[in-house]
Amino acid sequence: MFTAERVADEKDWIKGETGDWEVIIGLEVHAQVSSNSKLFSGSSTKYGAEPNSQVSLVDAGMPGMLPVVNEYCIEQAIKTGLGLNAKINLYSRFDRKNYFYVDLPQGYQISQFEHPIVGEGNIEVLPIDSDGNTMDLVTVGIERLHLEQDAGKSVHDLSPDETYVDLNRCGVALMEIVSKPDMRSPEEASAYVDKLRGIVRALGTCDGDMEKGNLRADVNVSVRKPGGELGTRCEIKNVNSMRFIRQAINYEARRHIEIIEAGGSIDQETRLFDSIKGETRTMRSKEDAHDYRYFPDPDLLPLNIEQSYVDDLKAKLPELPDAIKNRFMSDYNLSEYDARILTADKIKSDFYELVANGRDAKIAANWTMGDLFGALNKSGLELNETPVSAKMLGELIDRISDNTISGKIAKSVFERMFNGEGNADEIIEAQGLKQVTDVGAITAIVDEVIANNNEQAQKAVENPKLLGFFVGQVMKASQGKANPQVVNQLLREKLGL
Amino acid sequence: MTDLTKYTLDEALGGMNKGDFTSVELTQAHISACESATELNAFVTTSFEQALEAAKNSDLRRAKGEIGIIEGAPLGVKDLFCTDGVKTTAGSNILDQFEPTYESAVTANMNAQGMVMLGKLNLDEFAMGSSNETSAYGPVINPWRKEENLVPGGSSGGSAAAVAADLCLGATATDTGGSIRQPASFTGTVGIKPTYGRCSRWGTVAFASSLDQAGPIAKTVKDAAILLQSMAGYDEKDSTSLNVPVPDWKASCGKSIKGQKIGIPKEYMIDGMPDDIKKLWDNGIEWLKDSGAEIVPISLPHTKYALPAYYVVAPAEASSNLARYDGMRYGLRTNGSDLNDTYARTRTMGFGDEVKRRIMIGTYVLSAGYYDAYYLRAQKVRARIVEDFENAWYKCDTILTPTAPSAPFALGRKVVDPVEMYLNDIFTVTTNLAGLPGISIPAGLNADGLPLGLQIIGKALDEDTVFATASALESAADFNSKPAKWWIK
Repeated sequence: MFTAERVADEKDWIKGETGDWEVIIGLEVHAQVSSNSKLFSGSSTKYGAEPNSQVSLVDAGMPGMLPVVNEYCIEQAIKTGLGLNAKINLYSRFDRKNYFYVDLPQGYQISQFEHPIVGEGNIEVLPIDSDGNTMDLVTVGIERLHLEQDAGKSVHDLSPDETYVDLNRCGVALMEIVSKPDMRSPEEASAYVDKLRGIVRALGTCDGDMEKGNLRADVNVSVRKPGGELGTRCEIKNVNSMRFIRQAINYEARRHIEIIEAGGSIDQETRLFDSIKGETRTMRSKEDAHDYRYFPDPDLLPLNIEQSYVDDLKAKLPELPDAIKNRFMSDYNLSEYDARILTADKIKSDFYELVANGRDAKIAANWTMGDLFGALNKSGLELNETPVSAKMLGELIDRISDNTISGKIAKSVFERMFNGEGNADEIIEAQGLKQVTDVGAITAIVDEVIANNNEQAQKAVENPKLLGFFVGQVMKASQGKANPQVVNQLLREKLGL
Repeated sequence: MTDLTKYTLDEALGGMNKGDFTSVELTQAHISACESATELNAFVTTSFEQALEAAKNSDLRRAKGEIGIIEGAPLGVKDLFCTDGVKTTAGSNILDQFEPTYESAVTANMNAQGMVMLGKLNLDEFAMGSSNETSAYGPVINPWRKEENLVPGGSSGGSAAAVAADLCLGATATDTGGSIRQPASFTGTVGIKPTYGRCSRWGTVAFASSLDQAGPIAKTVKDAAILLQSMAGYDEKDSTSLNVPVPDWKASCGKSIKGQKIGIPKEYMIDGMPDDIKKLWDNGIEWLKDSGAEIVPISLPHTKYALPAYYVVAPAEASSNLARYDGMRYGLRTNGSDLNDTYARTRTMGFGDEVKRRIMIGTYVLSAGYYDAYYLRAQKVRARIVEDFENAWYKCDTILTPTAPSAPFALGRKVVDPVEMYLNDIFTVTTNLAGLPGISIPAGLNADGLPLGLQIIGKALDEDTVFATASALESAADFNSKPAKWWIK
C-alpha cells in the first residue's frame, strides 16, 4: 500500500516558484544472490567468463527443458529477509512473467508475483549530508523481497547493425527488495541502499558490487507539496551507484516541479538515468507497458518452508551492522556517530576490531576513522585497498602508548607508512624518530632554551601560559623527539611553576 | 517364415528370450512393414539405420545376459520426445530442422532397457489436436480405413496408427487431454496415461506442463504395462516428477478383480451419445460384473465444467510454453524489418492455425482484466474436479467410462469446427485435470466395423488396479479384430 504520512524535514524541502515541495522516494533494489550456480540450473554464475560459456540447456530455453530450484538461493533469500527484520513466508510460489526479448530465451522470466518468499520488514537508516554530518535516523519499510531470474545481456555496440546476446547472466538469481515509499531526500535514499548493502554483505547473501551491477536500484520518484496529495511517480531504471541515485533523484524531482509549476502534468513512465549528462529521459511510457500475463509456473512446485528451518538459519545468522554498532557503543564506549561510521560495512568493522584489540578503543577509533579513512578518501582508495593494514596501524598506536614516539611524530610515521615506506618500527628506526626520555639530555636542552629566553623565563611565574612557548621551543630544539611529559615536568621545576 | 510383426511385445520378448529370432530379425521385419506403409504417414522421421545398429547391439547384450525389460524391441517414439541426434519436430514447421543434442528422460529410460527406436511418429502440431490433422507433416491415416480415409485420433495419431498397423511393437505417446486414450480408442489399441508425475517431462516438448504426461500405446494391456514400466521413474530434473518406486505392472495384469468396486458416473451419459457407445459401455459393465466386480453408481458433479476449464488451462500454459519458439536460437527463422517483425514473421510461418488459435486463447485468458474470470475460475473448477474424484473413491476403486464420444471420423470432417473437435476430449480431460491414471482398452466395433474403446480411471498412483481391471475387461471383451492391411500393395 502506498502510504506516505511522513513529511520531509524542512531542510529537505525543495524550493519552487510556487512554494516548497517534498520528494517521495521508493526503491526496488536488485541484489544478485551470492551462489555458485544459477537459480534454476547448474550453470556457473562466475563473473567475467567468455560470452555464452556458462549457459545450460535450461538457460538457453531449449525444447523440453525444465527448471529445478537451487535450494541454496532459497536459503540466501531467507537469510536476507531475516536481516531485514522481515516476515518469512512459509508458503511462496514462482510465477511466470511473460514477454518477448532476445535476452530472455524462455519467453518468460520466472519470478515471484503473488506470493513472495519474504514479506514486510524494516530497517533503520542514518542519512549523512554532503558535509559528512549525520542526520536524523529514518525507518524505511520493506514491502517484500522476492526471487527471480536475471535476463541475459544484449550487446548493441559490437556491430553497427547487429545485436549480440550473452546468456551467461541469464538465469542468475536476483533478490528484488522493494521498499515502501518512505524516503524523503536523495541522502535518505542513498543511505538506505548503503545500509542494505551493508546487511547483505554481512550476511554473505550478495557481494553488493554496484560496479558489476550485482546491486542496482530502480528509483521511484514523485513530488508533492509538503504533506499534501501524492504526485504521479516515475521509475528510473537500473541506477548503479550511490552518487547516481542522488543525482537522478535531484534531477527527477526538479523536473517534476518544473513541469507541474509550468501548468503541466507528470506522465507515469519508466526512465533511464544518463550518468554522463546527469539527466533522466523517457524509456517507455505507461501506454507501452507490457501485460506480463503472470501465472503460477506449472513446472515448479510451490515452496513450502518449515518454520524450524527458518529458526535454524536465524540462529546461525552472522552479526549484522546494527548489532555490531550497538556492541561497539557498549563495549568500546564509542559515540553513536563513530560506531555508525565504523560499522557501515563488514570490512570496516572487522578492520576496526583488529586495531582496537588490546588497545585504547577511542584512540583506535580516531586513528582508523580520522587518519586512515581520511587518507584513503583523499587518495580515492577503498578500505580493502589500504596500504596500511590493521596490524600496521595497531603497531603505530603501540609505539605511542609505549612512549617510543609522540602522537605528533606518529602522524608523520603514518604518512610514511601510507606511502609504503614500511611499518612503524622500520620508519622510526630509519628516520631516527625515537623519543628522547633521557632526563639528562632533555635537561640540557631545557637549560639552554631558558638561557636563550631569559626575559620570558622571568615573566613565566606571573604568566603560566608562557609554559606552552617553552615546551614548543624545547620540542623544536629536540626535533620533536623529546618526551613531552618529561619536558613539561622539567620546565615547571626550572621556571618555578 | 512367420510374420514377426504379428506378435505382441510380450510375445516378441519371449521369442527373443527363447532364441526363436533375434532383435535384428524382428527389427528388419518391422522396418519392412514401415516401408510398405508410408501411405499411413505415421512417421515424421525414420531412423532405420540406427535401429538396425541398436538391434545388433541388443543381440550382443542378450548374448551376454544383459536383458532389459524391452530388450531388442522395435518401437516408435512420438515426435514430441527429444532424441539425441534424431530430428525432433513436435509436428511443427517451427522445429522443422531441429536436432536435439539431448535425450528425453523417458526415451533415455527406454534406451537403458533395450529399446530399438524405428523413428519418430507423427502427431498433431505440439500435441494440439484430436485427429492428427494439425501436423505440419500431413495427417496420419487410420489403418481402419473404410470407404474413405479416417483420422486415427490425436494427438498421438502416429503412435496409435503405427501400433494398430503392426509397424512397431508399441510406441511412446503423450496425453494432455486425451491424446493417448482417444487415438487408442480410434485404432483398436491400448493406451494408458499414468498418474501425473510417473514419467519425467524432462526433454519432452511441453504443451501444457500441469497436464502433460507420457505413456505408451500398445497392442495389449500387458504390453502397455511392460512399456510403462520402461518409461516411468523419478527424475530430479523434473520438479513435478514423483519420487516413488516403479512397480512390476506386468504382474498386475490378469490379477483377479473379484470384489472390486467399479464406479459408473452418471454425468458421463451425455446427450447425443451414439447408441453403439452406450451399448459398449453396458457391455463393459456386464463383463466386469461377470469378472466378480461390483458395479456402483457414482456422481462426478462437476464433469460438465471440465472441458471448458481444460480449454482455458491448457492454452494458457501453452501460450507461455511456446514463447521460446522465437527463431532466435534454433528452429525456423523468418527475418523481418526489426526484432518484433522477425518474431511475428517467424511465428506466423512456423505455427499452424490450431497452435495459433490456442496461443491466442491462452494469451487472452491470462491478460490483465480477464485472468480472474478465466484462468483463476478454471483453476477453481479444477479443484472441484479433484474433489469429485476424491469423493468417488469412498465408493469405488476404479471408474468405467467410454473413452471417446464417437468412433473414428472421416478426415477433414471436424477441422472446420474447433469446438466440435474439442468435444472429442470430453471423457478424457477429467483425469488430466485431476492427475489420475486412465487407460483405454479396445472393447468392440461399432455398426460400421470401427473400433471403440472403454476407459478405466484409477486412483492416483494405483496403476496396479487399473491394469488388473483393464486386463479383466480385455479378456472379457476378447477384442481381436485387426484392420485389413490395405496399404500393402
